[in-house]
Amino acid sequence: MTSVSPNATAPPAPARGERGTAPAPIRARRSPRLGAARGGRTPWLYLAPALIVLAGLLIYPIYQLGLISTLQYTQAQVSGGEPTSFRGLGNYTDLFSDGQFWRVLVATLAFAAACVVSTLAVGCALAVLLTRVRAVPRIALMLAALGAWATPAVTGSTVWVFLFDPDFGPVDKVLVWLGLDGFADYSWTYDRLSAFALVLFEVVWCSFPLVMVTVYAGIKAIPGEVLEAASLDGASAWRTWRSVMAPILRPILIVVTIQSIIWDFKVFTQIYVMTDGGGIAGQNLVLNVYAYQKAFASSQYGLGSAIGVVMLLILLAVTLGYLRLLRRQGEEL
Amino acid sequence: MSTTSTLRPRGLLRVRRPWRLAAEAAALVIAAVVAFPLYWMVISAFKPAGEVQSDHPRPWTLHPSLDAFRRVFDQQDFGRYFLNSLLVAGVVVVVSSLIAFLAATAVTRFRFRFRTTLLIMFLVAQMVPVEALTIPMFFLMRDLGDTVPGIGLNTLGSLMLPHIAFSLPFAIWMLRGFVKAVPPALEEAAYIDGASRGRFLWQILFPLVFPGLVATSVFSFISTWNDFLFAKSFIISATENSTLPMALLVFFKDEGNDWGGIMAASTIMTIPVLIFFMLVQRRLVSGLGGAVKD
Repeated sequence: MTSVSPNATAPPAPARGERGTAPAPIRARRSPRLGAARGGRTPWLYLAPALIVLAGLLIYPIYQLGLISTLQYTQAQVSGGEPTSFRGLGNYTDLFSDGQFWRVLVATLAFAAACVVSTLAVGCALAVLLTRVRAVPRIALMLAALGAWATPAVTGSTVWVFLFDPDFGPVDKVLVWLGLDGFADYSWTYDRLSAFALVLFEVVWCSFPLVMVTVYAGIKAIPGEVLEAASLDGASAWRTWRSVMAPILRPILIVVTIQSIIWDFKVFTQIYVMTDGGGIAGQNLVLNVYAYQKAFASSQYGLGSAIGVVMLLILLAVTLGYLRLLRRQGEEL
Repeated sequence: MSTTSTLRPRGLLRVRRPWRLAAEAAALVIAAVVAFPLYWMVISAFKPAGEVQSDHPRPWTLHPSLDAFRRVFDQQDFGRYFLNSLLVAGVVVVVSSLIAFLAATAVTRFRFRFRTTLLIMFLVAQMVPVEALTIPMFFLMRDLGDTVPGIGLNTLGSLMLPHIAFSLPFAIWMLRGFVKAVPPALEEAAYIDGASRGRFLWQILFPLVFPGLVATSVFSFISTWNDFLFAKSFIISATENSTLPMALLVFFKDEGNDWGGIMAASTIMTIPVLIFFMLVQRRLVSGLGGAVKD
């Protein structure tokens, strides 16, 4: 970094006190601003470290992922025992003709959709609730939510599994105490649906706080008169939300929805820890865990990469949809 | 309270007060439910073994003990794993914050060709499912290890590098708001006073943006600290380089899980994040607001 940039060389000294040289201070003031606006090579200099890191550790791996997905790449090729051979779309045809892949894909989409809807519903409902209570309950709920938010996925998973443990967990006991005798020593991870439900509880628990806090901040920014007018007109809480708050909060809601879709679509840790690597006979696999198992458990790296590419494309489609929404709203970047 | 109630018609008040009390009761109950898993984790960590693995679990203990924590630190090199996690997360936070600060400055305080393209790229990069890149990353780290010692598979470097890259796009995106908030007049004044670009960047802009950097770093810290997939895939044989998430899983055993140990280890792993989070939460919310609205 040079100590003197060419734009800052305009002499500032005569600018002070001397009335006769009026244009000089204007020029002296203008040129640095122009410099800040254009800056020649400076922005690229600032961007260089980020671009180098991203090129090497993000773009190159994406390229590699695509490449490996077209190769016959198993343990034999990795260890050098057999030459690597090009398969074209062979891995993809294998994948698409495998019934398990479609089951996992459908499960992933359904599970992610359920997580997104539940997270948003819980988050928005609690955000509205926060606006209707006084300080003490509000702070209590905020603190509890922050705790859940901050909990690492791994420990959140272990704790939730423990809570629902058939032998030592309190949840089954409470359910029996409430009269639901069917839950006596009920193993949540044994049945496919209840295992997914258990993971969903944990995912919603740790991701609703972001929605709640963001939406709450958004509601607080709505002018009070608007909400008051709604309440004077006798609007119910639901009606106020649907006809007044939700339209105003649309941009915020879109952002948190997209974030949730992206996070919930690629849940890995929770599934892996809570269902022990994808559940009994792989009944709780989602794409991420499926790709991991294919690649690292059965050494089919080509096939695993093909699954990765499928995930990448699905999320890319979501992202492009998001960008279009942003553009339609006329957001400036 | 009293001033507003005298202004309001009585009928309205009578309908509203029970509703608000109900809402407040609901909020408190929900807060308790949301906090319960963390409470259960901590209380179970302090219970003696017999009470943790009991058919009649109680939400309290009359005999708190540190046995579970002792087991955690005795049975394996847990202290070392803790330091490994801390080191990896620390390096990632510092390096990615600095790189993101420079990049965010470039995209907010300069106008140049491809600026919008770059911004869209950063946005799209956030969406990349990093888990899907585990396979190519694995081979990249293997090859790097052959040429550069210290960052290949089985080293802590193999955990730092991917996280620096993956936390960058979001960090840049979030820092934009903080950098933008510094008034341009300040920059002009600095240049008029003869400050160079570098001086302005590090001695004026950096301190002003620092609170934002801390808020942003929470995300890189958490995603690195929590990382399970890379830790599991890249640290294969060198267990001395394991991090906390892996150490935790050791207590899951086929012959019966050591729940006391799991809960104690989970507590140790959660507390640093919790502290970090509570310290910056105010800034976090305002920063998120900025990132959302921009």
